[in-house]
Amino acid sequence: MAATAFSASKFTQSFSLNSTRSVDRPPLFPASHPLKTTPSSFLGSTRKLSLSSPSSSTSRHRRRPCRSPAVVAVSEVVKEKKSKSNVSLSNPLITKEEGLELYEDMVLGRSFEDMCAQMYYRGKMFGFVHLYNGQEAVSTGFIKFLKQEDCVVSTYRDHVHALSKGVPARAVMSELFGKTTGCCRGQGGSMHMFSKEHNLLGGFAFIGEGIPVATGAAFTSKYRREVLKEADCDHVTLAFFGDGTCNNGQFFECLNMAALWKLPIVFVVENNLWAIGMSHLRATSDPQIWKKGPAFGMPGVHVDGMDVLKVREVAKEAIGRARRGEGPTLVECETYRFRGHSLADPDELRDPAEKARYASRDPISALKKYMFENNLASEAELKAIDKKIDELVEDAVEFADESPLPARSQLLENVFADPRGFGIGPDGRYRCEDPKFTEGTAQV
Amino acid sequence: MFGIISHKLAASTAGGSPGQPILRAAVLAMMSNYSTATKQIMVREALNSALDEEMAADPTVFLMGEEVGEYEGAYKVSKGLLRKYGPQRVVDTPITEAGFTGIGVGASCHGLRPIVEFMTFNFAMQAIDHIINSAAKTNYMSAGNINVPIVFRGPNGAAAGVGAQHSQCYAAWYSSCPGLKVLAPYSSEDARGLLKTAIRDPDPVVFLENELLYGESFPVSDEVLDSSFCLPIGKAKIEKEGKDVTITAFSRMVGYALKAAEILEKEDLEAEVINLRSIRPLDRSLINNSVRKTNRLVTVEEGFPQHGVGAEICASVVEENFNFLDAPVERISGADVPMPYAANLERLALPQVEDVVRAARRACYRSVPTA
Repeated sequence: MAATAFSASKFTQSFSLNSTRSVDRPPLFPASHPLKTTPSSFLGSTRKLSLSSPSSSTSRHRRRPCRSPAVVAVSEVVKEKKSKSNVSLSNPLITKEEGLELYEDMVLGRSFEDMCAQMYYRGKMFGFVHLYNGQEAVSTGFIKFLKQEDCVVSTYRDHVHALSKGVPARAVMSELFGKTTGCCRGQGGSMHMFSKEHNLLGGFAFIGEGIPVATGAAFTSKYRREVLKEADCDHVTLAFFGDGTCNNGQFFECLNMAALWKLPIVFVVENNLWAIGMSHLRATSDPQIWKKGPAFGMPGVHVDGMDVLKVREVAKEAIGRARRGEGPTLVECETYRFRGHSLADPDELRDPAEKARYASRDPISALKKYMFENNLASEAELKAIDKKIDELVEDAVEFADESPLPARSQLLENVFADPRGFGIGPDGRYRCEDPKFTEGTAQV
Repeated sequence: MFGIISHKLAASTAGGSPGQPILRAAVLAMMSNYSTATKQIMVREALNSALDEEMAADPTVFLMGEEVGEYEGAYKVSKGLLRKYGPQRVVDTPITEAGFTGIGVGASCHGLRPIVEFMTFNFAMQAIDHIINSAAKTNYMSAGNINVPIVFRGPNGAAAGVGAQHSQCYAAWYSSCPGLKVLAPYSSEDARGLLKTAIRDPDPVVFLENELLYGESFPVSDEVLDSSFCLPIGKAKIEKEGKDVTITAFSRMVGYALKAAEILEKEDLEAEVINLRSIRPLDRSLINNSVRKTNRLVTVEEGFPQHGVGAEICASVVEENFNFLDAPVERISGADVPMPYAANLERLALPQVEDVVRAARRACYRSVPTA
C-alpha cells in the first residue's frame, strides 16, 4: 500500500507530453464586461480569473503564497485586453435566442424553488428540501450545453438540475409532493431525482456520493467508445457538488481516477461558501478549490458563478475538452444560495451584509440587465417569459395536487429489476416462485 | 479439452441464453463421446472459468478491482483474463474502494455490467456506502427507472491467522438490506453456477466467496462445465438427506457440517445438511420443509452471533413451524469477539466440527443442553 514517490520534475514532464493546448490559450473571458460589479472579499473573486494548466503547475511545487505568479500573469493579460478593446457592447456574447433560453431556464429554476418554499410551509411538501435560489447561473450555464445523452449527477440540491436537464416541472413537483405521477413515482423524493430518459443519474443525499457515480458514467462513455467500438459516443458527464464535498475522500479518489484514465467528465464545484452553518473558510485548509485540479493533473478553473455568461464560457471549454477526449476539468463556481441550507434551516449564522452583497449580484437580474444593454430583448418579451413560467409552475402545482398518492401495492415494487428477485431457475427463466419474497412479515 | 468444446458451443449460441442446460449437456456428451464421468476442479478455477465465459459472451461485462489485471488477482481468481480481454476490460484500480465502487455503480447505472472485486469484504467497508446507498437503493428510489446490474465479489470471513481486521463475515450485514441479493457458494458447482447467474442478473449481487475454499477441489459434472450453466438465486441445496436433525450452513461451514454429519452417522443420528447458497433471498420454504421433517434445527455460520444469519433462520422457523419443533433451535456461530491472532485462540473463536456435532446432539436430546 506504499505510495510511489516521484519527483516534481518527472511529474510535470510526463504531463507536458499530454498537456492540452490550454498552455498557450489566452484567458477565457472578455476583458470588460458590463456585469462586472464590485468584487467580493472572497479569496477567489472575479478579479483572479485563473486557468491553471498542468504544465504551469511547476510553480506550485516551489513554495509560494496564495497569489502565485501564474495567477498574476493571467490577470495582467486580462488588464491588457481590457485596455485593448471595448468590444463587448457591440459584440454580445450570446444571440437573442440563446439569451432568452438562458433567461427562461433561470427564471424556471427560481420560480419553481420559490413555489417549493410556499408549498412546504403549507404542508404539501415534507422532509428535507434544499433550495437552489441564487445558484441558477451554474445549472443553466452548464446544462444548457449538454445533449440529451449526456449525464448529470447531482446532490440533494437537485431540483433545478433536473429542470435544466429537461425533466418536466410537473414530474418534479409531483415527486416532491410524494405522488405517484412523480419522476420516481414518489419513491425518491426531493433528494433523489432520477430520470433515465434525460440521463439524470440522481439525486444523492450523501455528499461526495454522486461523484464516483458520475465518474462511472463517464467511464461508461469511454468504454463504449473504445471497447464496444461505438465510435460516435462522446457523451460527457457533469458532476455537481458543493464546497464541503471538496474535503471528502471520495472527491479526491475520483479526481485521481478521472485524470488517470482521462474520463470525459467535468467536476463542477458550486462553492456557495457555506455548508449548513459551517463556513467554507473554517473547514478547509486551502479554500481555493480550483487548485485541487492541477494537483491531480487536470486544469482547475475558477469562475464567477453568479454570472451565467462567464459560466457558459468556461462550460463550453470544459465540456468541449471532455468531448474531444482530453480528459476531466475541475471548475469552481463561486456562487451563493440566497436561502438557508434547507427549508428547516433558520439561516442565522450568515452575515446579512454578505447576503445583501450577493443579492445585488442576482444572476437573473444581471442577465436581464445585460440583455437590455445589448438590445437583445425588450422588457415586454422578458415579462412574457416570466408570465409563462409562472403559469407553468402553477400548472405543475395543480397537477401535483390532483395526482393520486401511490397505491399500497407500490410499497413493495421496484426493489429489484428482476420482478420477483429470484434470479434464474433451472428451466432457464426467472423464478417467480415465492410471491412473498419482498414482503417479509409486512402485511400490505 | 472440455473447455474448448464448451467455448465453441457458447460461441455458436451467440452469448449462451440461460436455457436448457440439460439438453446442451446431452449434446456435449454426444459431440465429445465422453462418458459423463465427473471431473475435479478447484473453486478458484470454477470462478475463473465463469468470469471468462461471461466476459466472452457479453462485451459490456468488465472486471475491476485491485490487482485483478497484471497480478492476475490477489488470489489468482482472474488469472489469464488480462491477457485475453485487455486492460480496458480487466481494470486495475488504485487503492480507492469508495471511489472505484462508486465508479462501478455509476457505470452499471448507465449500461455496463461491472464486476467489482474487493480484495476481501473487510475492505469493502470503505465502499459500503456505495453498495447500500447507491447500488441497493437506486432501483427503488428511481421507481424502476434505473437498475444496477453489478456484482460485488471477493473473499469473506476468516482466513488463517490474518487478525481481527481481515476476518469478519459480512453475510448478516448485507443480507439485512433490501435491494441486494447475497450469495455464498460452497463447492465449485455453486461457485460457477451462482457467479454466472449473478453476472447475468439485473440487480446488485453481493457474492461472498471464501479464501480457504479457493484451493479446494470438488467434483463437477458435465452439466456444470457447460457455458450456460446457471443456478437459481434463492434456492438452497440439500447436500445430504437425513431425518433426525437439520443442519443449515453456508460457505466453508457446509464442509464442516458435512463432516459433522458423518460423525453423527456413527451415533445413529442422520443429519440433513442444507447448503444455503443464497442468504438473501433466504430459501425459507426449503428450510421449513426440512424442519417439518426432522423437527430439530442447528444453524451454523462463521460470523458474529448477534443478529446473524442463524438468528434470522431461527426466527423464520419459529414463526412458521413452532409446533413442529421438538427442541430449541441451536445456533453455532463465531465467538462474540474480534478475531484473535494466536492460532489456538482463533480455533476457539471459529466454529469447529466438534461444536456442530455437540449442538446436534443437544438438539436431539442426546446430551444436556448448555446453561
